[in-house]
Amino acid sequence: MLVELLIVFALMAAGLVFLVPDEYAGQFAAVLSLVPVGVSLWMYSIFDGTGNALLEGGQPAFETVANWITLGPYAISWHVGLDGVSMPLVVLTTLLTTLAIVSAWTPIDERESQFYGLVLFMQAALIGVFAALDFLLWFVFWEAVLVPMYFLIGVWGGPRRKYAAIKFFVYTNVASLVMFAGFFTLVFGLGDSISTLGLPAIAQALEAGQLGSVGGFGPGTVKLAAFAALFFGFAVKVPVVPFHTWLPDAHVEAPTPVSVLLAGVLLKMGTYALLRFNFTMLADVARANAALIAIFAVVSVIYGALLALAQQDLKRIVAYSSISSMGYVILGLIAFTPHGVGGATFQMVSHGLISGLMFMAVGVIYNETHTRMIGDMSGMADRMPVTAGVFVAAAFGYMGLPLMSGFAAEVLVFMGAFRSTTIPMAPLFTGIAMFGIVIVAGYLLRAMQKTLFGPFRLETDYEIGRAPLQDVAPLFVLLALVIALGVAPDLFYRMIQDAVFEVTALGLGGGA
Amino acid sequence: MIPLQTQSTLPDWAALAPTLLLGLTALALLLVDSIDPDDDSPGLLAGVATLGSVLAMVVTGWYLVAGTGMPRTGGAIELFNGQLVVDGMSLFFTFIFASVTALVSVASYDYLADRAHQAEYYALVLLAATGMTLMASANGLATAFVALELSSLPSYGLVAFLKNNRGSVEAGLKYFLIGAVSSSVLVYGISLVYATTGVMKLPAIATALGGGVAGQGTLGVLGVGILMVAGGFAFKTASVPFHFWAPEAYEGAPAPISGFLSSASKAAGFVLAFRVFVTAFPLEVVAGTLDWTLAFTVLALVTMTLGNFAAATQENVKRMLAYSSIGHAGYALIGIAIVTGTANQGYALGASMLHLFVYGFMNTGAFLFVALVEYWGVGRTFEDYNGLAKQAPVACFAMTIFLFSLAGLPIGGGALSKWALLSATASAATLSAYLLAAALIVNSALSLFYYSRVVKAMWIEEPAGDFEVSSYPTGLYAAVVGAAIVTFLLLPAFGVVSGTAFDAAAALF
Repeated sequence: MLVELLIVFALMAAGLVFLVPDEYAGQFAAVLSLVPVGVSLWMYSIFDGTGNALLEGGQPAFETVANWITLGPYAISWHVGLDGVSMPLVVLTTLLTTLAIVSAWTPIDERESQFYGLVLFMQAALIGVFAALDFLLWFVFWEAVLVPMYFLIGVWGGPRRKYAAIKFFVYTNVASLVMFAGFFTLVFGLGDSISTLGLPAIAQALEAGQLGSVGGFGPGTVKLAAFAALFFGFAVKVPVVPFHTWLPDAHVEAPTPVSVLLAGVLLKMGTYALLRFNFTMLADVARANAALIAIFAVVSVIYGALLALAQQDLKRIVAYSSISSMGYVILGLIAFTPHGVGGATFQMVSHGLISGLMFMAVGVIYNETHTRMIGDMSGMADRMPVTAGVFVAAAFGYMGLPLMSGFAAEVLVFMGAFRSTTIPMAPLFTGIAMFGIVIVAGYLLRAMQKTLFGPFRLETDYEIGRAPLQDVAPLFVLLALVIALGVAPDLFYRMIQDAVFEVTALGLGGGA
Repeated sequence: MIPLQTQSTLPDWAALAPTLLLGLTALALLLVDSIDPDDDSPGLLAGVATLGSVLAMVVTGWYLVAGTGMPRTGGAIELFNGQLVVDGMSLFFTFIFASVTALVSVASYDYLADRAHQAEYYALVLLAATGMTLMASANGLATAFVALELSSLPSYGLVAFLKNNRGSVEAGLKYFLIGAVSSSVLVYGISLVYATTGVMKLPAIATALGGGVAGQGTLGVLGVGILMVAGGFAFKTASVPFHFWAPEAYEGAPAPISGFLSSASKAAGFVLAFRVFVTAFPLEVVAGTLDWTLAFTVLALVTMTLGNFAAATQENVKRMLAYSSIGHAGYALIGIAIVTGTANQGYALGASMLHLFVYGFMNTGAFLFVALVEYWGVGRTFEDYNGLAKQAPVACFAMTIFLFSLAGLPIGGGALSKWALLSATASAATLSAYLLAAALIVNSALSLFYYSRVVKAMWIEEPAGDFEVSSYPTGLYAAVVGAAIVTFLLLPAFGVVSGTAFDAAAALF
């Protein structure tokens, strides 16, 4: 019942915050959001799931199944549960929500109660996405995330917010639709062999080779088509180059706290779904097309990093670097080795923390200076030493400094990918992807050098002083977490390994 | 009191209690008015109308739970020598009519403030609702025609209710003229069917056709007759080819009436079409004459595409909702278009019934929000809605639920009823069913575009002028928020309704 408690509490909190007066909304929302943090940490401490929730032998923790509706031949259930992949992501979601709420106290100064209400509503939906084990239930949460995000960008965003919000909404909705159609092709193909839309049932039916033909196309074609549709649907969300163009607009226009959630959690929906659907349910198709997917991954890494290198806006730099980091996740997933898939999952959490930290640090600087352009400022370390220090730490985390979580994640991914037998010429792909780190170092060092160091200069009319405690405190919390996970990756990696180990053995028998 | 026991002690005519309640409420309203015609206490009139429709709703809900007319309690109850029938489907639709009537009555309390002839307004609404419930129960072509007229004639008057408003009067006239034409088409179709079979009752027609009464020479006559009957129903459901009246009538009519017509009246057209085609013209009997599923497939495709494309180009919110209502008629037609004998027929029909059920709340709610905006004196275009959420966040929140639910996002029951339709087409597994599924998906995607324009205007755009919302009318707010709560609750609690709908639809075959 704990998953339900999380979701229902977040929904009720959203409703309450929507109704309180604007002056208290921020504080009230932060206090309320501490409850999901506490509950999720407690759930983490008593976590007893084993194996992968989708596969035979896996036993998710906190599982509940209750009949919801019956649509024709399919029983749709309220089916939730957490395994080693989803548990860390739920913890990530609750933590980042609280921190994002606190970091919103300074920049958000109109319609506060609506803002915090939407953030909490989105939290409920995000937990649902990671916990749902029934397709329609999962899809309900998946779509429900989009609605608050649309408003958060559209109402509280920057000058071009309307354009960015619509672009985000249209891109992701079209992607959802294609993905939905792709998944239902699979369901039709499975025919009578499934009686529910539960993800485990479908994964196991596919594994057992129950897929029939649909509309005259054989199982192989159906699988390939479904894989392509699902991959497209999730690739937009991740985003993978060339489906990434919504991301910079959304990030640049979104207010900082929303960027934190967008980069920290929403992008992970895409990689999480890729892992669940494309790389678990349709593992054999993924293996058969490993070279192509690895190319997508490597192109995302390099091209994303090059795009970041060309930016002058600090926020754009961080936004594009997310594309590059997500490329590592895809590379790790397609490697189909325990360290590859495990490292990719670990990278989802790690990147959530580090990119959240980077966006917040940029946000703190922006709150004081009201500019994010590299050329407009220099020597900020002089006036904002604490913030600058955290920024430097975060940047090194991004570059993969040992003892920070980014290092652990990337090392695991590279180790896994290097030894992969699934990707043809794996060392070559891995080598090119590793080169991405060099570019990352390049643009982050350049950005820091120009903005933080050197003589103080600022080309705006704002008085600048030390950032208030409420802005800086979330930075330290995140930094502590990044270091903690870097020193002791096993905090999450052990349960992740347990959950993904089975996945790496999938698809070898070759169904299609 | 255990419902099942009570059931056996009630006389058969008690099954018509919802219809009788609605009819008596209409008479009571006229009585109240005639006692003191000069008293303009709209509270009393609106209260009586609401009370009557809520009572009808409660009784219907009780019957549905108790299983009146369902196979598990002895099957459909036939009344008046089989001219009327009360079964799960008629009760299910009666519930839709009664709840929409209740919403409209509550909302009209504010909308009609300071207008003359309020008693007539409420009485006409309730008479139309009575006619609709009779359409749901009609088991003979003659009864069907009379019931259809009983629901149509008050509607003409209601559309033209704002008689000093040119738009309203024009809409009423247009509605009346097209209604008259389509009624004559329907009655001519009925006469042709009667000419070939010699009977009026629906089951008797099927028996007669199955017995080969229709000679080879009259097959053509029968085919034309069936097509004309279908045309008559297309008017009531605002489907192609008799949809022309809908945008004008919905735009010109008082907004609560637009909601009433586009939700309840449309559903009434559908229940009649379902019953007549499934009971009187079963496909296996008339297949040699006319494959009407093909006709309905074409109608569904054209109706949903035309409705959605036209809605996408509108600048006026009410007109956009009117065209989207045509689009939804197309979705609901899917259910009858895939009743092909091979598919799970009860499931297909049940999915359509569910869509109409959810639609009853989300669409009525959307029109009532438009009524609220008209009450405030805000304009009707998308731009006029700019920044409304700053003034009225609660109402705009409700409207957002309606619009996203109409578009099929899982914020309300609309998503689930569309999924039910989608999986019904999958179970039919024919080429035309796949075509319908594809059209449903594409049109839903398109509809998200124009629905979200309203959402964007309300929440994201800056208000154009210094518009101040002066008052927050209780009745309209209650109706809008109530409809939003039901729309949202239909997402988690969809199973409560869906079981009844599928059972009721399955019992028809």
